[in-house]
Amino acid sequence: MILILLALLASGGVARVRAQGELRWAGDLQGGEPYVFRDPRHPSKLVGFEVELARALVRELGVRERFVQNDWSSLVPSLERGDFDAIINGLEDTPALRGRILLSKPYFTFAEQLVVRRGSPRRTLAQLEGRRVGTLASSLAHSILRAHPRIEIILYGGQEEPYRDLQLGRTDAVLLDSVIAVRYGLTKPDLELADPDVARGAYVIGLRKGDGDLLDAVDAALSKLDAIGELKAIYARWHLPAPVVLAPAADEPPPARFDLAQVALFLRGACVTLVVSFLAMALAVPLGLALALARLYGGPVARFGAHAYVELWRGTPVLLQLYILYYGLAPLIHLPALSAAILGLGLNYGAYEAEVHRAALLAIPPGQGEAAAALGLSRWQALRLVLLPQALRTALPAMTNDLISLLKDSSLVSVITVVELTKQMTITAVDVRSWALPGALCAGLYFAISYPLARLAARLEERLGGPAELAAA
Amino acid sequence: MILSVKGLEKSFGARRVLRGIDAEVSAGETIALVGPSGGGKSTFLRCLNGLDSFDAGAVQIAGLSLAPRAAPDAPALRPLRARVGMVFQGFFLFPNLTALENICLAPLHVRQEPLDVVEKRARSLLERVGLADRAGSRPAMLSGGQQQRVAIARALAMQPEVLLLDEPTSALDPEMRGEVLAVLRDLAGTCTMLVVTHEMGFARNVASRIWVFDEGKLVEDGPPAQVCDHPRSERARAFFHAQP
Repeated sequence: MILILLALLASGGVARVRAQGELRWAGDLQGGEPYVFRDPRHPSKLVGFEVELARALVRELGVRERFVQNDWSSLVPSLERGDFDAIINGLEDTPALRGRILLSKPYFTFAEQLVVRRGSPRRTLAQLEGRRVGTLASSLAHSILRAHPRIEIILYGGQEEPYRDLQLGRTDAVLLDSVIAVRYGLTKPDLELADPDVARGAYVIGLRKGDGDLLDAVDAALSKLDAIGELKAIYARWHLPAPVVLAPAADEPPPARFDLAQVALFLRGACVTLVVSFLAMALAVPLGLALALARLYGGPVARFGAHAYVELWRGTPVLLQLYILYYGLAPLIHLPALSAAILGLGLNYGAYEAEVHRAALLAIPPGQGEAAAALGLSRWQALRLVLLPQALRTALPAMTNDLISLLKDSSLVSVITVVELTKQMTITAVDVRSWALPGALCAGLYFAISYPLARLAARLEERLGGPAELAAA
Repeated sequence: MILSVKGLEKSFGARRVLRGIDAEVSAGETIALVGPSGGGKSTFLRCLNGLDSFDAGAVQIAGLSLAPRAAPDAPALRPLRARVGMVFQGFFLFPNLTALENICLAPLHVRQEPLDVVEKRARSLLERVGLADRAGSRPAMLSGGQQQRVAIARALAMQPEVLLLDEPTSALDPEMRGEVLAVLRDLAGTCTMLVVTHEMGFARNVASRIWVFDEGKLVEDGPPAQVCDHPRSERARAFFHAQP
């Protein structure tokens, strides 16, 4: 068995794919129309021009095809891990990528297009210096925008959101490829094309390093499909502009090095993480306390309201809450991304803090409240002077726990365009073609924040009635 | 009369714990409430400052009257609590505050007295209970007897007209019991006290009257010598006979 496996590993990609009897190819269904997506009428079936391309390709290779769903931003590391054999999902040919994995001939070329609000005066990248421009993270458009250091780049995970934020005035332009721009941007009546050809790019198939023979086979198959007009037919069915298979222009800057500038970006990301986490916690603690008091001492309406809040916010994903706050409510309240991030996390953690404070208040012996009442203290005085100080002491370890957990959950806010530490790490990792160093630095920075925090909380616990303080008194 | 109780009734569900109590106390008296466990003496005491509500009857205490079925945290009870102090079996000192702070809390926040006046009184009360040197100690650093003495000082800091003590020595070992009883003996006569207790020696020597509670009724009420040595009821005779 081991011998067979070793033989398979040594014999290159073609033999492996033949032995499997299938080519496992990956994409992200979130990419949607027209790449790979679920047929709206038959949700069990996948459709899209890349599905048809993959089927034509495996016919030439003499195997079957199997689609593997993978998050778009981590397609390359998953390929390297061996989760699948090929990436066929709008993968753009960039020098950074070429140094890392094998890339086929382009199967489709496109133009990067600049879309703005109708009638906007800023219609070129030069005019957009100092303004906010949206794009997809780690795309060719992203690296083009980075050649303009004065442009503030806003990064998104999906194609719909950049144009929605452009409509809402959160950005001044969106730079994305023509396939996306035509479908998602120009279908909106209040948006228009400002520059139809900022640059050219190409979609290629990504293959594992070491699968050189598979690359040759794929390239030969692509040439044949092009020669017999099958590619053209597929693109025509999907209303894509006619492709030209050509060698991409290699006039891009060389890949980034992991230098001081990258470290500075990391530190900036760490600051964003800190600000978001601490402000969210500063919101969550008083909110949680108010909810806990409402549940324990409120009237029936307050009790029900607080209980419903806790269950609703705890019972739904914080990611969904962030989406609703930032995109869903955008027509009603126009929150900037950072405020939405802080508010979203704060409201969510408030539900958890509510339970922490409620448990801490319930843990106080009932005699404490009776003794306070017997002395004539009002209910509010008893809470403020006697019960809450004791509850705080009990709640402190759980609150520290929540703050450290919040510190890491704050990475979720990248879905609403906030670039914090983890997002910065994934961007840099793609730029410098390595996850090792950015990953280590990212982990180191998180630890450098959370460990002192845990120590500080331990000190505080002692101060609030630990043995050291009592001995001193 | 500083305390007058008429027809006090209370049930916990189907169980009648107080079955028509009538009693009166003059200022300065020390009443020892004794009797078998479950006889209703602690519940009776807690009804006198509203920590437990009662179902029927009337209570007049320190010039204020208590109505049946008042919620234990009703704001209307606050003036009464300022005049009627309470000491619990479990002490219930506030662990987040020092001994001195425990004593000063209510005079500062309920009566809004100035800090210097309150602190001076608190320190003299600590001295009176023999703990002048423990003003800065948190409760966790004090023995049970010391905690109970601070709790007595805390109740006295409000200068109550009536002091209710619910089994103040039951949670203590004999040595600490002695410390607390000495404080109470010293206090007797300066303040009206109602003490629920199992200390028959204390009841006999210190109390001006002994009340025997049994099955929710006040079955004996009289001076110690009479109640202990010549009880009128069969139940009280059996109770005193069982005492060592």
